[in-house]
Amino acid sequence: MVKTKKDHLAIQQTVEEGGATKYHESNRAKGKKFVRDRLADLLDDGSITFEDGKFANNLAEGLPADGVVTGMGTIHGESVCFMANDSTVKAGSWGARTVEKIIRIQETAERLNTPMLYLVDSAGARITDQIDMFPGRRGAGRIFHNQIRLSGQIPQICLLFGPSAAGGAYIPAFCDFVIMVDQNASMYLGSPRMAEMVIGEKVSLEEMGGAKMHCSVSGCGDYLAQDEDEAILAARQYMRYMPKNCHEKPAMVDYTLPAEQDVQSLLPNNQNAPFDMRVMIKRIADEDSLFEVKERFAPELLTAFITIEGRVVGVVANQPKVKGGVLFHDSADKAARFMTICDAYNIPLLFLADVPGFMIGTHVERAGIIRHGAKMLSAMSSATVPRISVIVRKAYGAGLYAMSGPAFEPDCTLAFPEAQIAVMGPEAAVNAVYANKIAELPEDERQAFVQEKRKEYQENIDVYRLASEMIIDEIIKPNELRNELIRRFKQYENKKVSLPNKKRSVTPV
Amino acid sequence: MATITSTMAGNLWKVLKNVGDTVEAGEEVAILESMKMEIPIEADSAGVVKQVPKNEGEFVNEGDVLFEIE
Repeated sequence: MVKTKKDHLAIQQTVEEGGATKYHESNRAKGKKFVRDRLADLLDDGSITFEDGKFANNLAEGLPADGVVTGMGTIHGESVCFMANDSTVKAGSWGARTVEKIIRIQETAERLNTPMLYLVDSAGARITDQIDMFPGRRGAGRIFHNQIRLSGQIPQICLLFGPSAAGGAYIPAFCDFVIMVDQNASMYLGSPRMAEMVIGEKVSLEEMGGAKMHCSVSGCGDYLAQDEDEAILAARQYMRYMPKNCHEKPAMVDYTLPAEQDVQSLLPNNQNAPFDMRVMIKRIADEDSLFEVKERFAPELLTAFITIEGRVVGVVANQPKVKGGVLFHDSADKAARFMTICDAYNIPLLFLADVPGFMIGTHVERAGIIRHGAKMLSAMSSATVPRISVIVRKAYGAGLYAMSGPAFEPDCTLAFPEAQIAVMGPEAAVNAVYANKIAELPEDERQAFVQEKRKEYQENIDVYRLASEMIIDEIIKPNELRNELIRRFKQYENKKVSLPNKKRSVTPV
Repeated sequence: MATITSTMAGNLWKVLKNVGDTVEAGEEVAILESMKMEIPIEADSAGVVKQVPKNEGEFVNEGDVLFEIE
């Protein structure tokens, strides 16, 4: 049958309205917006530049756009590609055309070298369509294959507004940055119902795969948003720090000076007392430029984007306020991932070291702290972007190495005047070296002996001794750090590193 | 009944709250000593201390209950 122009407008309107009214209503009750409204919020001027496959599956009943909107728009004036599930259409499930649309927009993103955004809200595979959408060459597996191929070429960001179930959970897993909306977003391989049936476990969705859990325990989520508006704002903010693709650098951004710049007063006299590294970062970064990645996961280490005089910088910093800033398996994992993102997209790295070392004990050895620590060292060592390492108060043991220590070719190692670098801290070192001697001494002489040896040791690891040996390149007063960083990052901008002649590293995981 | 647990393995250096004391969310309730660092332990939620199962000077493992509050 030949359709008239009037038919066309009617069909188009039906498609753009999405699924049945009742699903729109139930979504609204959960604080979930309609997919086209989400895109309007996300993209500049509230508009999609163009859409592909709008009429996909329009001959079928009740499958407008086959449950996914794909196309292009702009964010901060730069082109992006997107796919966005429509959960009012069969709960956002994937049919054959859904998958083909996603694959095609990924291919477009690759050809145009533009970032790819995934707005996920999907129950997973449409079981009735499985032969057409699951196992084949252009089945759902191809989406992940494309994501892996695109990884490091273009930024890939996932906004998780609802479930990403079973295979669908791999979309966020292969993105650089995953934003989850509290209460609504979830990620899981098997639903709680399936878990009860198959393994007999009784558990709630929130506990097993909720946004809070993934952003604080599993590390699968990078940013916990209170609602959809915050999620969209976070995605737009993240894009400020990213270049279009791996061949470009992030744009310089407008900035204001930090309102408070005094770093000195934050540092306690007692080396072993905690202080808040987050506050210190705010005092060297441009005002309101701090954007944390994985704020709730392994908080003993901070990973964040900042700008310094408008230049985007990735910060890896120990947080003495949490767990003494000691490195754990999870913090090493978090750092490795963040450094990989920065290196992929030409974002220079700043290390703020205040670290007593890697954690010891049975618990962390069983958790594989050695291989996770190796992963952190590997990611840091192979990062060819400019790297500046600052020893704030102390860097002990492998903590020095992990925080881009002198042996790993940072562009420079700076230190504050009170800083110490050593295999271990004075207390532990004196015990290790003089344990037998101390035991032999009469009890009333022990204290004095230990004090004297600690003092000797402390002098030996003093920063002026280290500067004299040229282990560190420059001693910086805390309040001069910001200006020093501005000057150095500017000079290091044209850094070029030749890579070893091989196919790839066999990286620790 | 809620609990405040140890964030990492170490020596329970100072217990800052006793049975019957009220605690605020975010308040420092104990200090561990581990890896030669002072590790403050903060309450996640407010309440009144019902039990303090560990003594100062004891080794505590990650996840051990330091306070029960209500």
